[in-house]
Amino acid sequence: MTISIRSVEKKFGRYPALNKVDLEIADGELLALLGPSGSGKTTLLRTIAGLEFPDEGQVLFHGEDVTYASAADRRVGFVFQQYALFKHMTVAKNIAFGLDVRKGKDKPPKAEIAKRVEDLLKLVELEGLGQRYPSQLSGGQRQRVALSRALAVQPSVLLLDEPFGALDATVRKSLRRELRRVHDATGVTTIFVTHDQEEALELADRVAVLNQGRIEQIGTPDQVHDQPASAFVCGFVGEANSFQGEVKGGRFSAGVLTLPASGVPDGAATAYVRPHDFGLDDAGFEVRVERVHVQGALTSVNATTVDGRRIEISASRAEAPRFEGAVRVAARKAHVYAA
Amino acid sequence: MSRVIAARHRRATDDPRWAKVLVIGSVMAFLALVLILPLVAVFAEAFRKGIGAALEAVGNPDALAAVKLTLITAAIAVPFNAVFGLCASWAIAKHDFWGKSFLITLIDLPFSVSPVVAGLIYVLVFGLQGWMGEWLLDNDLKIIFAVPGIVLATIFVTFPFVARELIPLMQEQGTSEEEAAVSMGASGLYTFWRVTAPNVRWGLLYGVLLCNARAMGEFGAVSVVSGHIRGLTNTMPLHVEILYNEYEFVGAFAVAALLCLLAVVTLVLKTALEVAQPDVRAGRGGH
Repeated sequence: MTISIRSVEKKFGRYPALNKVDLEIADGELLALLGPSGSGKTTLLRTIAGLEFPDEGQVLFHGEDVTYASAADRRVGFVFQQYALFKHMTVAKNIAFGLDVRKGKDKPPKAEIAKRVEDLLKLVELEGLGQRYPSQLSGGQRQRVALSRALAVQPSVLLLDEPFGALDATVRKSLRRELRRVHDATGVTTIFVTHDQEEALELADRVAVLNQGRIEQIGTPDQVHDQPASAFVCGFVGEANSFQGEVKGGRFSAGVLTLPASGVPDGAATAYVRPHDFGLDDAGFEVRVERVHVQGALTSVNATTVDGRRIEISASRAEAPRFEGAVRVAARKAHVYAA
Repeated sequence: MSRVIAARHRRATDDPRWAKVLVIGSVMAFLALVLILPLVAVFAEAFRKGIGAALEAVGNPDALAAVKLTLITAAIAVPFNAVFGLCASWAIAKHDFWGKSFLITLIDLPFSVSPVVAGLIYVLVFGLQGWMGEWLLDNDLKIIFAVPGIVLATIFVTFPFVARELIPLMQEQGTSEEEAAVSMGASGLYTFWRVTAPNVRWGLLYGVLLCNARAMGEFGAVSVVSGHIRGLTNTMPLHVEILYNEYEFVGAFAVAALLCLLAVVTLVLKTALEVAQPDVRAGRGGH
């Protein structure tokens, strides 16, 4: 199922939640909508679901205009942030809900529904828990139930709102892989909302970065991380040191720090340097090392420049002993944006 | 040394013994004086001349008529308010509409207005000298000094109980379960019966019990619209007052004891509900 969002606008009162958003989602894609809170990502997801309706613009499913069609008519599977499981129904009843609600000849026979529930429980590795109530499950298990309930109606698109937001770190990691596996097994077009850039970069085929109701950039995780299209994307996706300074004749300078900035117009600008793009370099500028600590396979170094700017450097463990006292460093790569 | 440490690590609730005894003791004494003693007095007065006299007083045709009227009134007012409360709280908690905060204020009105005023309002509207008096007379409809008036006044006084119980519960539950149901193709009505209503069933029962207790015990508003016609428009609380004013103490207290018994049954049911469903009061409901 391809989905097209065409210059969609949505206001809540006078506050614009979506501002002329255009987005094309390919069949079978796993797309992340990434942004800070209030960026409009959830509103966009709910607009695709048919739980919210745009003031302007169009939503097309497979070329067909569904802008004002209900969620049920769009055949979407939606996983809510707090899962929204029906508390008074068993897990099996929850999963079967979308099939039980059908009428007449659309409604599959009982045995078929039971079979489908069993298959889905197997898919999310919850066999044997069908007769439990949601309150008797852990957070991760509830999430899996919510996922299989959404999949039960064989949706044309699967939508997830902050699917891992309420889970602790280890469960989060394993469920991310789980979602990827379920996506690959079913091939259903999937869109999920997150404010966690690591989650978006790890899980998605493509990432759409939203800010203040606009899409700032859409691309593969590599593109978004390595070639950020705007200062916002650069600052939001991945770690970055930011410097306020000035560009003059293709060079950015902020105190002792100078960086190449070809193509950036003269005037005030902001430069971003990723911690791993700083390295020891005798031709660089001097910094004073303040703290060195281990971060998995890497070493994180906090340092201060001669004119008092704090920077964070990420280096290999082997290089760690060389960061002591006063050292000279330089940026291998920088992203400079006119302010 | 160890004693010093132990003293420092006193828990916040480890108050001195004398303070506990004083606080708990005074609360108990107060409750005994204002709640338990009067209750005991009611039963003691009722049985002063033996069980036979008490039973005779309750079995008196006028008393039986009062019991019957009270039960009829509650049987109409409580279901009405249960349905109204469920609808109102559903509308308020799950939807946004113009005038919503006004509706919430309106639901609270019976709590803030004196019941006597509530009764007078109905006299003003439906009474013989009232706005609709002539029309009602012409059509041979009796509301004031008749059963319909008593039922109306009772409905007015008890109508916040169910809604007040359900609104916070539904608001806390949010709308995502309903959205989930609708997104899977459920109709509005199906969603209400299969998702919304089951989630609030214990809260609803709790509200109904409170509503029922008040409906049977209401005095002020009913007193204004009743007309105190023996055997016709006297509810139990009104009958108690009449008997008392006529110095028929055994009869008054016997009917009062019966009224107390109904209240006690309600409270026992309510407590049983709280024990069985601890979540009810915590505002969760369901499992």
